[in-house]
Amino acid sequence: MDFTMINIVIPTVKILIVFTVVLLSVLVMTYAERKVIAFMQVRLGPMRVGPWGLLQPIADALKLFSKEDIIPTMADKWVYYLAPTLAIVPALLTFLVVPFGDQTTFFGLLKHPTSMAISDLNIGLLYILAISSVGIYGILLGGWSSNSKYPLLGALRSAAQIVSYEVPLTLAIIGPILMANTLSMKGIVEAQSKGMWFVIPQFFAFLIYTACAVAETNRAPYDLPEAEQELVAGFHTEYSGMKFAFFYLAEYANMIVVSAIATVVFLGGWLPVPGLAFLHIPAIIWFALKMGFFLFIFLWLRATYPRYRYDQLMAIGWKFFIPVALINIFVTALLVL
Amino acid sequence: MFKSEIIELNMGPQHPSTHGVLRLKLKLDGETIVGLEPEIGYLHRGVEKLAESFTYLQALNLTDRLDYVASISNNLGYIETLEKLGGIEVPRKAKYFRTLMTELGRLSSHLLWLATHALDIGAMTVFLYAFREREFILDMFEMVTGGRLLTTAFRYGGLKDDIPKELEQKIRDFIKIFPGRLADYEALLTKNRIWMKRTKQVGVISAEDAINLGLSGPVLRGSGVRFDVRKAEPYEAYGELDWEMAVEDGCDTYARYLVRLEEMRQSLRIVEQALDGMPEGEFRTKAPKVLKLPKGEVYHCIEAPKGELGYYLISDGKGTGPYRLKVRGPSFVNLQGLKPMAVGHMVADVVAIIGTLDVVLGEVDR
Repeated sequence: MDFTMINIVIPTVKILIVFTVVLLSVLVMTYAERKVIAFMQVRLGPMRVGPWGLLQPIADALKLFSKEDIIPTMADKWVYYLAPTLAIVPALLTFLVVPFGDQTTFFGLLKHPTSMAISDLNIGLLYILAISSVGIYGILLGGWSSNSKYPLLGALRSAAQIVSYEVPLTLAIIGPILMANTLSMKGIVEAQSKGMWFVIPQFFAFLIYTACAVAETNRAPYDLPEAEQELVAGFHTEYSGMKFAFFYLAEYANMIVVSAIATVVFLGGWLPVPGLAFLHIPAIIWFALKMGFFLFIFLWLRATYPRYRYDQLMAIGWKFFIPVALINIFVTALLVL
Repeated sequence: MFKSEIIELNMGPQHPSTHGVLRLKLKLDGETIVGLEPEIGYLHRGVEKLAESFTYLQALNLTDRLDYVASISNNLGYIETLEKLGGIEVPRKAKYFRTLMTELGRLSSHLLWLATHALDIGAMTVFLYAFREREFILDMFEMVTGGRLLTTAFRYGGLKDDIPKELEQKIRDFIKIFPGRLADYEALLTKNRIWMKRTKQVGVISAEDAINLGLSGPVLRGSGVRFDVRKAEPYEAYGELDWEMAVEDGCDTYARYLVRLEEMRQSLRIVEQALDGMPEGEFRTKAPKVLKLPKGEVYHCIEAPKGELGYYLISDGKGTGPYRLKVRGPSFVNLQGLKPMAVGHMVADVVAIIGTLDVVLGEVDR
């Protein structure tokens, strides 16, 4: 009984809960994005569907479900079908190791405390970095198989961008890893509970991580692969209906993933803000708040900045972010030793 | 084993940032442009030919539809051309009011340029900010002419109606809020690193090339050429008002951005002075109901927001409409600058360069 409980029932329930919550938060995120940016631009945003337009995401989802599924005549059909799946699956798989809170018994519901992550791999961070890199195949193949020039250009930009920003992103995380002395997501948070959050000693790493995370998820000001004004819609120009929705979902899921990583690695995960521990706010709320803050930065940037050009983007990645991240690693390593 | 090919990319006529129905045939090496050919004519309505079968007053409606974001300037240029051939003197009040309206038109046109130019480069917020102020100006146009976009303002010999009473307060409100709003746009763009990177050294054209291509307006002044029809051959009340010509030496997209922003500031100065100094008296001289002009040919140009807007009018002395009307549209001529500016740059820059040329296809195709 105990065996099935621990090894089958609990993980299954956890998986269901996490995926439901992630997909729901994507819906909330699309609504929040439109509202937040609307307020920054002195307008109201969606107001028609439901009170204050709250049902807008549902209306959008329904619309996408009922859209005609168009496949270009000359498209490579198999790859064309495969690409959205390749984009969405890695984005969701990364949630496997995100710890949303400390060990808990869910208010006495369970006999033994269980961790708030689906699985606490001891190489969690490495796993996330590896899996999230697979996601670019979706974009690359989607752009390639459409057999159209705009998606092709978008896919090329995207591949180049993600490959080059993966490097400084990883390098930026190495600093905190050195300090925590572990690759486990849970271990990193626990390391921060003893000292201060890693955002303070690793401030440069945090900035680099933020910039690279924006680039990784193809968001403004690094949203070149889908630059509407240049490439119409970039790699998913030819996609419609649910296939398009999958790309859309993947983009937002990726945003949530990178925010979760930032929260765990730099912002102390589920730990309360120092000095506010007496409030007895559940760990998961702290986690959600920190993630929300990071996601808000995404929207804020989008409302503020113009878009970089392809070559400029590459130049910053290779000539600025990577050297600074490397220096950061050396300095951290020296101090840790 | 590997070979590289030049790909031909068709940009437009339906494309988010070709501002209407401009079609570009791009030849790309990777993302670098090696060849570019603008294809125009998708919006051709035969305005010049149509004018021949219209009366002089009816043809005024056609001029609205040239540069439809600055129709006031088109109206003014056309009406002045008629007046030049007819040899009629316009009352001072009408002159001041025409100046005021044209400058408001320039502001609205430049605001639209700023909005779309910034949006093309990815700065979405400026777009909505600029549209908010443009709305304010369009409300004023509606007060005066009843139309917001197609104004059909002014008549031969003066204005159609007297100035509405409520207009003055509206303009004063605008003068009060606009400098602050302009500062907002500048805060978002002028010193923004990404904006500077995207616009500096992009779309460079030397003063000599600009003159040889016949470019005019802010595009010419961004290359350091001191030429503005309002200063060179002052018309209406421009000679009597105190304002500066905006010139920058940068020759690039950033310089043209600065020129247009400075022009907005100067336009506001002109509007304020014209409003303060608005003379009393008649708004229109006596002119015949059915207009007939003497036999002759005339060319007249004004400084439209996009550049030098000229009308060449031939009257045979018998009919009640133009025998021939030729429009020298600044957008059409400025579009010639696209190829020399864009070749060697990247796809993203083409979008910025179309934006900085500020072409309106209604005027390019006519």
